[in-house]
Amino acid sequence: MSVADDKLDTQAPQPGAESPPLIEMRGIGKEFLGVRVLDDVSLDCAAGEVHAIVGENGAGKSTLMKILCGAYRPSEGEIRIGGEPVEFHHPLDGQRAGVAIIYQEFNLLPDRTVAENIFLGREPRRGVLIDRGLMEERSAELLNELAPDDPMSPRELVGNLAVARQQTVEIAKALSLDSKVMVMDEPTAALAGHEVERLFAQVHRLKERGLAVFYISHRLKEVFEIAERITVLKDGKLVQTVRSNEVTSPQLVRLMVGRELDQYFPPRAAPGTRGPVRLKLRGARNDLLSKIDLDVHTGEIVGVAGLQGSGRTELARAIFGADPFQDGKLELDGEERRISSPRAAVAAGIGFVTEDRKAEGLALSQSIRDNVSLAWRGLRRSLRREHALEVGTLVKAVELRFRGLGQEVRFLSGGNQQKVVLAKWLATEPRLVIFDEPTRGIDVGAKAGIHDLIRGLANEGVAVVMISSELPEVIGMSDRIVVMRQGAIAGELDAGPSEADIMFLATGERDVASASPAPPPVEGSG
Amino acid sequence: MSPASEGTAARPGLGALGSVGDAVRRLAGTTSGPVFIVLIVVFIACVLAVAIDKDSSTSEFLSVDNVRDMLVRSVALGIVAAGQTLVILGASLDLSVGWVVGLGSILAAETMDGQDSRIVLGILVVLLFGAGVGLVNGLVITKLRVNAFIATLGMALILRGYVEANYAGPVTGVPESFQELGFESWGPIPISVVLLVAVVAGAWFLLRYSRFGNRLYAVGGDEDVAKLSGVRTHRVIIGAHVLCAVAAAITGLFIASRLGAGSPTIAIEGGYDLESIAAVVLGGTYLLGGRGGVLGTLAGVFILALLDSTFNQLQVDAFLKDVARGVIIIAAVAAYSVRWTRKRREEAQAATGQTPGPEPAVEGAGAR
Repeated sequence: MSVADDKLDTQAPQPGAESPPLIEMRGIGKEFLGVRVLDDVSLDCAAGEVHAIVGENGAGKSTLMKILCGAYRPSEGEIRIGGEPVEFHHPLDGQRAGVAIIYQEFNLLPDRTVAENIFLGREPRRGVLIDRGLMEERSAELLNELAPDDPMSPRELVGNLAVARQQTVEIAKALSLDSKVMVMDEPTAALAGHEVERLFAQVHRLKERGLAVFYISHRLKEVFEIAERITVLKDGKLVQTVRSNEVTSPQLVRLMVGRELDQYFPPRAAPGTRGPVRLKLRGARNDLLSKIDLDVHTGEIVGVAGLQGSGRTELARAIFGADPFQDGKLELDGEERRISSPRAAVAAGIGFVTEDRKAEGLALSQSIRDNVSLAWRGLRRSLRREHALEVGTLVKAVELRFRGLGQEVRFLSGGNQQKVVLAKWLATEPRLVIFDEPTRGIDVGAKAGIHDLIRGLANEGVAVVMISSELPEVIGMSDRIVVMRQGAIAGELDAGPSEADIMFLATGERDVASASPAPPPVEGSG
Repeated sequence: MSPASEGTAARPGLGALGSVGDAVRRLAGTTSGPVFIVLIVVFIACVLAVAIDKDSSTSEFLSVDNVRDMLVRSVALGIVAAGQTLVILGASLDLSVGWVVGLGSILAAETMDGQDSRIVLGILVVLLFGAGVGLVNGLVITKLRVNAFIATLGMALILRGYVEANYAGPVTGVPESFQELGFESWGPIPISVVLLVAVVAGAWFLLRYSRFGNRLYAVGGDEDVAKLSGVRTHRVIIGAHVLCAVAAAITGLFIASRLGAGSPTIAIEGGYDLESIAAVVLGGTYLLGGRGGVLGTLAGVFILALLDSTFNQLQVDAFLKDVARGVIIIAAVAAYSVRWTRKRREEAQAATGQTPGPEPAVEGAGAR
């Protein structure tokens, strides 16, 4: 299937804002250490408009918005507010120019009151003293305007508020700065269903006040509900900007994922070679995960796909005992186990190659030898010499390129660091290894090496669970794929599905997956 | 009793008792509230201990003289600890306060030089000296990015080296009239206690009603959040260090007046550096900043003074005394910490409403 067929007519003019835009970004590009993460992106937003930005993980949404608010500086391109070019060196510059951003992680102080948080840095004074009365009065006004049916005291400590109310405080803080442009980064990620409606009501009030709102989300339903226009980003490039009432969600999904598989992956296991079930989960749950049923066989790679925050890493951490399951059954080789700590997991033969290898996988300032023997040493009961670990054999097995075993791992390349982590787990002779984003931050050449090692592990009869945000990687590597959404398994796919199959499950747009893709209406033809 | 007695509903016949319970519960809910409960408990325990002991008399322990004596002995530590509270709220620390007190007392004696006319000059010199030390501390910590522990430890060593190289014994020269500060009373209230109350009240007011105070809590709570809210965080930290060192310099003046001389040994004898940190933490202020207050610190100082006085009265062995103080400090802080974590967890649960499980997948239901 050709990618071009999936696109809307890109020759048609991209729809602009109804009225002259309040804010424009033109030809924005960004490079980090020679890696291009954004390329020639142009966007605008009018006063009173909501402009949604969608795209897969790593498409460049957050980078673009960080440039807009001044947290990053663009490598090229310009930003105009009200027609005037602006240049931000610091988030405070953006704030002064009227650009406010609300991150997923709120910038609030839990130990201070609502009013103190809203007016931090700009406390109203009477004489030399803070005018607490005025501060609280104005906070109450702002909060009342945003959420009239949910009154909250400006004297309440922010830490005592529910997440949705904290978000309201954050929005009120942005309003108190007289912001003209509001950026919301995945604002519903932490909200429960009914709280989303509350947020939308607040966004409508922002529109009424004449703010330009950029709304980042990968929940397509929300985007259609709240935004006038939608821009799709992919691999740092702008795919298309469309009006939300002129496009359907299957079309949008196709715009988001259309990409070619151009990478080499090692051959999958031959059919029928997979062994007995090694890991079996039945109704396993904890605070972040609900009712997980999962089988992983020996010699098999099970890919775990899903959007950020869908519970992939949480699942890995639960199996590994870092945030253990509170309920349900976990069997290893047919034997019921209770894995309540990482130590218990290691003892049971489970290895976990974490997403952030620098923080969680390696002791950066220590030698290759120390790192490789780290997990093994935790298990060792005897200090006798014949139990000494064959570090040299292990690093040879993972094809590590190094100068000496005493070398500090901080000076190894990303790919070689990952091989050290792998050698560390091989030392424990694992039965099951979980990989979380095994090739993140590793250059293309080294990726293939890691992929070969993972497949090699499976071929030796280890059960492998591999979490990845890169759909080509999940598709290319997995013998089976489970897709997660909102802390649960949304569906399971056999080897070699299309990216669209996965995205449909991951975004919850399952109903459109089976619908035949109608020819997309051409922009402007209606 | 049923578990429902947790609630605030008044129980018949127990109205008065219930409201006292409520008041205690409300007090315990505030940041420094538990400190006062600890203070009361320690006070009662001390009185009981003295009462049980045959050799000491309760009425003597609770006499105006003994209480006044306890208060006066709290003055030096109290003023230093009030300053220390400010830097700790800002997630910093000052280990040089002891030597600021010591050199401050010496500078006071030298500058006043026995003449009444030079008292004001002496006070100014000492305060300026304190401000200077605080400024250097603050600048080294913020601009040179030296960890506060190391920066102020280094400053302490520098001051100590200077003092020990130049002064072998007490430095005379404090005028008689200035010594009144340490000994005279206004009515039944010693002037020095008024000084302590004034410093603590000033610090409390500053924390509650000034922009500086508000921002200090913010910087200590989360420096990034403060920065992104437009707070010039370096100025706030430097300001806290200046105020802290000035408080120590005021203590130096008090010591000079009390001893009638500048003392090169008071820094070590008084142990103000670590003791003031202990008082702050005992007072419920979070050692990593952003939470707490100066009233709690005052209570912390009183707790330490009460223990001291009781141990003296009971003639407890000096080593055992230190052991007991250590145990009490650790136990109190552990209790705050456990209580705080539990409170946060309960609130988090209350805030999310029901179980924080994921919402039902409504979308899937309509699959065609």
